[in-house]
Parts: sequence; structure tokens; C-alpha cells
Amino acid sequence: MLEIRNLHARVGDHDILKGLSLTVNPGEVHAIMGPNGSGKSTLAHVLAGREGYEITEGEVVFEGRNLLELAPELRARAGVFLAFQYPVEIPGIGNAYFLRTAANAIRQARGLEELDAADFLRVMREKLKLVKLDEKMMQRSVNDGFSGGEKKRNEILQMALLEPKLAILDETDSGLDIDALKIVGDGVTALRSPARSFIVITHYQRLLDHITPDFVHVLYQGRIVESGDASLALELEKHGYGWLEKAPAR
Amino acid sequence: MDARNEKRTLEQLVEREYAHGFVSDVDAELAPKGLSEDIVRFISAKKGEPEWLLDWRLKAFRRWQQMPEPKWALVKYPPIDYQDIHYYAAPKKKDGPKSLDEVDPELLKTYDKLGVPLHERAILAGVAVDAVFDSVSVATTYKAKLAEVGILFCSFSEAVKEHPELVRKYLGSVVPVGDNYFAALNSAVFSDGSFVFIPKGVRCPMELSTYFRINAANTGQFERTLIIADEGAHVSYLEGCTAPKRDENQLHAAVVELVAHDDAVIKYSTVQNWYPGDKEGRGGIYNFVTKRGKCAGRRAKISWTQVETGSAITWKYPSCILLGDDSVGEFYSVALTNNFQQADTGTKMIHIGKRTRSTIVSKGISAGHGQNTYRGLVRISEGAEGARSYAQCDSLLLGDQCGAHTFPYLQVKNDTATVEHEATTSKIGEDQLFYCQQRGLTAEDAVSMIVTGFCKEVLRELPMEFAVEAHKLLGVSLEGSVG
Repeated sequence: MLEIRNLHARVGDHDILKGLSLTVNPGEVHAIMGPNGSGKSTLAHVLAGREGYEITEGEVVFEGRNLLELAPELRARAGVFLAFQYPVEIPGIGNAYFLRTAANAIRQARGLEELDAADFLRVMREKLKLVKLDEKMMQRSVNDGFSGGEKKRNEILQMALLEPKLAILDETDSGLDIDALKIVGDGVTALRSPARSFIVITHYQRLLDHITPDFVHVLYQGRIVESGDASLALELEKHGYGWLEKAPAR
Repeated sequence: MDARNEKRTLEQLVEREYAHGFVSDVDAELAPKGLSEDIVRFISAKKGEPEWLLDWRLKAFRRWQQMPEPKWALVKYPPIDYQDIHYYAAPKKKDGPKSLDEVDPELLKTYDKLGVPLHERAILAGVAVDAVFDSVSVATTYKAKLAEVGILFCSFSEAVKEHPELVRKYLGSVVPVGDNYFAALNSAVFSDGSFVFIPKGVRCPMELSTYFRINAANTGQFERTLIIADEGAHVSYLEGCTAPKRDENQLHAAVVELVAHDDAVIKYSTVQNWYPGDKEGRGGIYNFVTKRGKCAGRRAKISWTQVETGSAITWKYPSCILLGDDSVGEFYSVALTNNFQQADTGTKMIHIGKRTRSTIVSKGISAGHGQNTYRGLVRISEGAEGARSYAQCDSLLLGDQCGAHTFPYLQVKNDTATVEHEATTSKIGEDQLFYCQQRGLTAEDAVSMIVTGFCKEVLRELPMEFAVEAHKLLGVSLEGSVG
């Protein structure tokens, strides 16, 4: 589904990704862990098409297409979803309206009929249960005045509504209390399917208590230096990232 | 349409033309360029006006001659040669396109995006009016319905003939002939406009002018509007149109006067989308407008809502004189400048009566090289015990070539008054855009959505169908401002 080969990316004069390679097959959940500044969020942004990153080498192929050539909205329509570390506020635009507009843009790209307000409401109510958000939140402006936990649950709600093929979760666990963490984790687990893949970017093991990954990768100085199964995350939790400084980069 | 209806429609059309004073032999008539007492007399004679109105025009002209053109607004434009303008021209129907097939396809595309009804497109594009019988008869039907409840709604010229006592009583009572340079010019040479009188206790059963865009289409560059709401009367008036109109006049100087008596409510909504000039800033309309309402009676309320997206230059300050005790003035504004457009707009709230209240909500959006200025005056007079005013002015910038400016003037002469002013300036965020795009929206749709959210407090003041059009208009006006 996703093939990242020898990816190099920089911001200004700073090389951040320095030859990252990763293969994600349908249905797989990959966790990417690593210390601050290792390039985790850069990877998420580069995959989603955020401006400001220069790709100096390498390629990213998503379902046979060169992902790096596509505008961000075309990547979204192709099925790439990014749950933001810091969800953005849009004052004056109702959450439900925003979600319906987004859902219809993506449905249209998939050749599906647009949902009218009534259809959408039905679907939305269903998905709201998944993340345990109150319907009243949908009348408020997008993320405006939401708590940290509400914002993150709103991201998972959007993911559920937009039904992506590849979902990238960028430190979705940051700033969550234990209850919210469980809701987010269970929400993601409920959305796992043989056709949907996840890249879960996180600093800590705790989210992975709720989402059991098929693979865990350690990102360090712009490269994946270690890969393993779920037990690797537990090792990291025990030993921290300090050992990386001594280990030779692969 | 059956033959009898067709005949009736034809008659109505002929009558309508006659009422406007244009008969076939003066069709091509044009006053010589320039402005003088003779020209003012010529215009008045052409329109068959009574002596008092000619005197009024002449008084205005003499005042205008004494006045310097105002230079305080934050707009730049080459000097206007007032002697190089035709101040009277009969409508030149024969120059217009014969059908929609001859109209610029770009214009038609814009109408399509805005969702302008098919039968109105022809009128807006300047197609000869014979092609649009149906709309005219629709207009006439509604006019009859208004007459049943005693509402007078007609062209200004018609009002001068049919209701001279009302026109004479109220004309210039809110904007006097010598009020300002452009108002004086308008008073001397105004061409036509609308007249509305809502009698005591009557609530107008429909939004006025929704069905009358046609009437407004040919009133020309010096428009004059007078709306009077008698005691307890209510009226909502819509002016303008979201669709860009074909217009060859560069200078527009309109005057609108509103009078609200005891307990009367006037809601005046404008969507202004005159030609803004091209992407390099060539051409475009200069729009110098004087709009003012007088809350003459107690508990009267006047509410201005405007969405200004057109014109190369907008100079406009819809204002309220809050004379009656407990009267209320409101001003809700969205002004958008893209490319090389310049807008200097705002309001004046003059509190005279006791416990008078005013609310100002202004949203300025600048894109491209656009310059957007809010200029507003809140004056609390000595006698305005317990007056309250709240102003909120927000500016949104798209890109780094544009500008936003805020000039609030507060004059408070009564210490029991409460006056608040808040202002913010923000840039449309790259993170907001990316967030929307990541959810599948194009950059243009994302900008349109963010701007709509920014303007929400104003857009919700617009009558429903106008609001939908205004929403689309904001999107169309911002095309090409991103990406």
C-alpha cells in the first residue's frame, strides 16, 4: 500500500529525514517511536503534503502513485488521513458543516453520491458513539474552545467519517488523560480492518496498550534504526532512548 | 404566455417607459459633457420636475461649487475631471447585446457560480429588456400586493410626480444638500432611484426589492433612495445584487436617506459588487456613497448590513442619527478588497436621545494588493444619558502585499454613557489551510470557508436568500488569491 524508499527531507538548511525507508501493507499497524527531534512529525507532514519541506532524495509510492507529486487535498482524496498533533481551530464554521463538506469532497472523489444533511446526521451520530463525543459539540465551531482531549477525539471522529485507507496518527496521545487515551485507542482499534493501514507516531508506549501494533520502528536522527514487533515498544519504555546515542546507525 | 397576457405585459412595459420619461425620439439623447447650472436645468426639465425640485438641485449645485473634494480617506486615485462626464444620458438600449449569446462568456460563468436565476442574467448583462417580459410582470404583480396594504414603492421620478408632498417633506432631511462633496453632487444631478413609504403600523409583507432588481438596473450613476417608515412600521430593504453588472460609468455617487418614526424598524441590506477593475488595477468603479438614517422617533431602529466586494474604490459610511429616546442603530459590514481594490468604509453613530444604543460589527478582508480601512465615529452628545455603544472591528489578511487599517473616532460628552471598542487583525493561517486541505478541500474552498467563518456575525444579519448569495460571492471574489 505504502512504500517509502530512502526518503530525505529538509527544512531550510536542516536535514531532518536522512534516508528513511518503510513498507506498509494493507491492514498493518506500524508504530513509529523515537525521541524528540528524530523526525517523527516531519514524516507525518511530508506524507500529508504540508508546505515547507524540501524532498531532496527518495520516493513515496502510495497504491502505485507517486504521493509526493499530489496536492494535499488529492492525497486526502486518495485515502491518506492525518490526525493532527495540534488540531486547528476554524472560528465561525460549525463542526458538522465542516465534516460534511470534507466527507462529501472525499466521497465525490471516490465516485460516491454526496450525503445530504439528514444522511450525514445519521452517519455522524453513529460515529459519535465511537469516540463518546456529545452531539452538541458538532454545532460548535471547528475545534474552537474544545479541550485537548475533545480535539483529539474530534480527529478520530473525522477519521471514522472519512474512512481513509492509510491513517497517520501524529502523537495523538499527547496531552490526553487516561480515560481519553482509552477512548482514542479503542476508537482506532474499532476502525482497524484488512483494507486499512495505520502509522501511529508516538513518544510513549502507553497508547500502544490500547492499539496493538504489528510493527514497531525506532526513528532516530532521520532514519529507522531498529524495527521489531510490539515487544520493542515495551523495551523502549523500560530503557528509554538513551542507548540510541551509543548504537551505530544502521 | 397567452395572447391577452402578452398584450397586457406589453402595455405595462410601454407605460413603464413612459413613466420614466423616455420616449423613442429622445432615446439617443445625451447631455453635453460637463456640469453647469444649465445642465442641472436640462436634467430637471428632461424629467419634467416641479419648480421646487429644480431650486433644490440648483442650491445643491451652488454648494458643490464651493466645496473642495475630500482628501481624508485612505484611498488613492487619479484626479476626477468632473467636466468630462455626461450627467444625463437616455438609456442606450441599442448598444447592448441582443441576447445572452452575445454576452461575454466569463460573465455568464460568474452568474452560474453565483446561482443567478436565468431570467435575471439577461437583465444584468444588459440585454435589451424586450427579452424579459416575464420578470417585469412578476414585478408588477408584487407591486399590486404592496399597494393593498398602502405601501408606496416606486421609482424616485414617479414619487416626485405622484407623491410630491412626501418627497418634498423628507428629501434632504437626513442628508442635506451641502452635507458633503459627493452628496451635493448627487443632489444636483441625481438621475433616479427608489422611493418607499410604509404607513403607520404596517409591516411590509416581503423583503423589498428582492423581486425588483430590474428596476434598479438602469438608475444610473447618481442614484437617490428615500425610505420612510411611519410609526410602528417595519420594512426590510435589499439593495444591489451579487452579480456583477455591466456598467460603463466609472463614477458612482449615490445617496440613501432613511427616516424611522416612533417604534419603526428599517433594515437596509446591501450587496455591492460593481466592477472592481482587472488584476492589474485598471478600470473599476469609484463608489462614493452617502447613506444615513435618522431614528426620528422613540424606540426607532435602523440597521445597516453591507457586503462590499466590488468597486475599485469604496468610500462609504452608512450612519445613524439616534435622535429619539431609546432608539437603536446597527451597522454590520463585510468589506473585501482583492487585487488593487481600496475600501475606506465604516459608520457614524450619533447618539442624541437618551438611552440610545448602537452596535458596530465590521469585518475587513484584504487579499492581493487590496487596502481595507475601517473608519468609524461614535459620538455621544451631552443629552444622551445612559447611551451605550459597542464596536468590534476585525481584519483578516490573505498574503503579505495587502493592508488593513482601523480608525475609530470616539467623542463622548456624557459621562453616563458606555462606549466599547474592540479591534483585531489576523492573518489567514497556513495551518488552517493545510488542515482543510488534509480533509479533502481545495485551497480555494478552504479560503472561502475560513473567510465565511470570519464573517459569520455579519452574514447572519442578511435575509436568508441574500446570505446564500453573499456566501458564494465571497468565494468568487477571492478566486486567484491563493495558490
